Amino acid sequence: MAAGTFAEKGADLELVGITKTFPGFTAIRSLDLFIPAGSFFALLGPSGCGKTTTLRLVAGLEEPTAGRIVIGGKDVTSTKSFQRPVNTVFQSYALFPHMSVLENVAFGLRRRGIASPLEKAHEALRLVELDHLAARRPAQLSGGQQQRVALARAVVNRPALLLLDEPLGALDLKLRRQMQLELKDIQTEVGLTFLHVTHDQEEAMTMADTIAVMNRGEIEQMGAPEELYELPRTAFVANFLGQSNLFTGEVVSSTPDALTVASAGQQLVIPSARAPRRSGTVTVGVRPEKLLLLTAPPAAPSSGVNVLGPGRVIDVSFSGVSTQYTIAVPGIGDVIVFAQNMVFGPVVHVGAEVWVSWNVEHGFGLEDSPAEAAAGVADAASAAGADGDVATSALTTVKA
Amino acid sequence: MAFSAFASTPAAAGPVVRRRSWIALVLLLPGILYLLLFFITPLISLVFTSFQQPVINGDIGQYSAGFQWSNYTDSVVQYLPLILRAFGYALLATLLALVISYPLAYFIGVKVRGFPLVQSLLLTLVIAPFFISFLLRTLAWKQIMSDEGPIVVGLKALSIFPSDGHITGTPFAVIFGLTYNFIPFMTLPLYATLERLDVRFIEAGNDLYASPFTTFRKITVPLSLPGIVSGTLLTFIPAAGDYINASGDFLGSAQTSMVGNAIESNFLVTQNYPVAAALSIVLMAVILIIVGFYVRRAGTEDLI
Repeated sequence: MAAGTFAEKGADLELVGITKTFPGFTAIRSLDLFIPAGSFFALLGPSGCGKTTTLRLVAGLEEPTAGRIVIGGKDVTSTKSFQRPVNTVFQSYALFPHMSVLENVAFGLRRRGIASPLEKAHEALRLVELDHLAARRPAQLSGGQQQRVALARAVVNRPALLLLDEPLGALDLKLRRQMQLELKDIQTEVGLTFLHVTHDQEEAMTMADTIAVMNRGEIEQMGAPEELYELPRTAFVANFLGQSNLFTGEVVSSTPDALTVASAGQQLVIPSARAPRRSGTVTVGVRPEKLLLLTAPPAAPSSGVNVLGPGRVIDVSFSGVSTQYTIAVPGIGDVIVFAQNMVFGPVVHVGAEVWVSWNVEHGFGLEDSPAEAAAGVADAASAAGADGDVATSALTTVKA
Repeated sequence: MAFSAFASTPAAAGPVVRRRSWIALVLLLPGILYLLLFFITPLISLVFTSFQQPVINGDIGQYSAGFQWSNYTDSVVQYLPLILRAFGYALLATLLALVISYPLAYFIGVKVRGFPLVQSLLLTLVIAPFFISFLLRTLAWKQIMSDEGPIVVGLKALSIFPSDGHITGTPFAVIFGLTYNFIPFMTLPLYATLERLDVRFIEAGNDLYASPFTTFRKITVPLSLPGIVSGTLLTFIPAAGDYINASGDFLGSAQTSMVGNAIESNFLVTQNYPVAAALSIVLMAVILIIVGFYVRRAGTEDLI
């Protein structure tokens, strides 16, 4: 990169066949990824899935075992970290403790010999609304302020590619929400390419244009947040990104329009277009908020609607905006329903006999074989347990 | 109710603080007594000795109390070259020790961080010379560097060295000896700082376009400044007062005498106690001034 100049705009990033092995384990397996210039891209996955290693490879802090890294059309695989047009906002912020906030922000500018570094540093600090603290030491700032300084220190260099390594992880929920919006604003304002690594699925969905869900060193699925959420391809994605009710069964009929699956004697229909596997044993699913809770059996089985039941309510969790019901359906297992609190409090109580129904078009089929699906569900469950980021956290449990 | 609970805390805190300071005093007592007995007392005695005057017609080494300020002026004038030499040698030895110790401490503290066993082994090797007496080690070096020793014989055989050349007795040998003997005092404080150095700061430096050398200069060195300051002080102060390495019995000669040698010979050989005491106090004062300036310049306020 030419010294003394800023990148005009974001650059695209291409990873070709990247593999990274550490002694004893493989962190990344033959990863291919293309991030277009100017986009906000999130790598989402549980801890240990290889997302941070991917980021460090792009930053040049690790060397890939195999594969190429291309930034803005230039192969940077063999260049050192300080030669890459990339800046990182570190998870720990890594603000230099022996320098003032201003000097921290001006550090990269000075190294590249950019004119009037202090002026530009002040400008960047104004962007994150911390210019009044420019003379302070990082240790004298709060966590949120340090995070913003770290962001200013990276953004001020106008890197072609900005890497964010879970920079919001240490902040409390309210500040995190606020920072998410600010980050998004800055990204739109300066037009850089952002690569954001996170294990927080809500954060990824609010901020990113494109999300790649990683598990065990591989990308499971990539796409726009809505697409990923509404049409997950694997059990891991279905359960890591939000929650899903999954049912495994045999395909009994397949037409160009609809696929009928028999699971424990109940017939479930999904649109064929939303089902990649159309024969044998398949796993189909539906998001809990798409389900309707019925206290009486539906009068006549209407087409376009799947009905499960009867089942028994075994748990009711009230969480303010919605209520989560867990219903045990014989032969099927537990089915989770999120219902908006249209009336005051839960509508049924533990022990009630209920049916659930949903529109056929809301169902989806998985690419996973049943064995893969089981593994994916287990991975997502352990990830949620480890990170403490379950999709919904119940505030109170109502038991009748 | 909650507020009244808070309000009562300051009142309750009073006796707790008083009891703590009482315990602190008891714990400090041995140290205070030790310093009074073994530092303040000899120091006062030394100050009195430095102003003593010889007894007229008395024996050698017989002095009476007085206020002979010329003890200072005379000894400083007489021994100025030795004083300057002492600080020059000590400075060179400190710089050499820093240049040798820093990479060593960096390697042990940062590079092999993931291997505690290798770390302890290397640290043991750094300390290992302490298992043998300081005097014996310096004598051993005298033998190695003597005119009949392998180094001089070898260099002469290769005609690199003139046939009448020596190593012992030269400033080189003395500075070498000082450097060698004080390297552990430099390495250990440097190690202690570098061991805690967060390598993420180095990564951040690299990420912000700083070459490895610039990162070292701008990040690593400033962050390890506490270790550099304590290491250089622990090396410079004893090296400036050292009289073993520069002594003719070890690695030095009359031409390499340092102020420590002058103090030693005045105290133990010529029994000129007032001059020896005056030189000791001058040495102490100069070191205090140098260290004071140095620590202020290194700036503790710059360290976080």
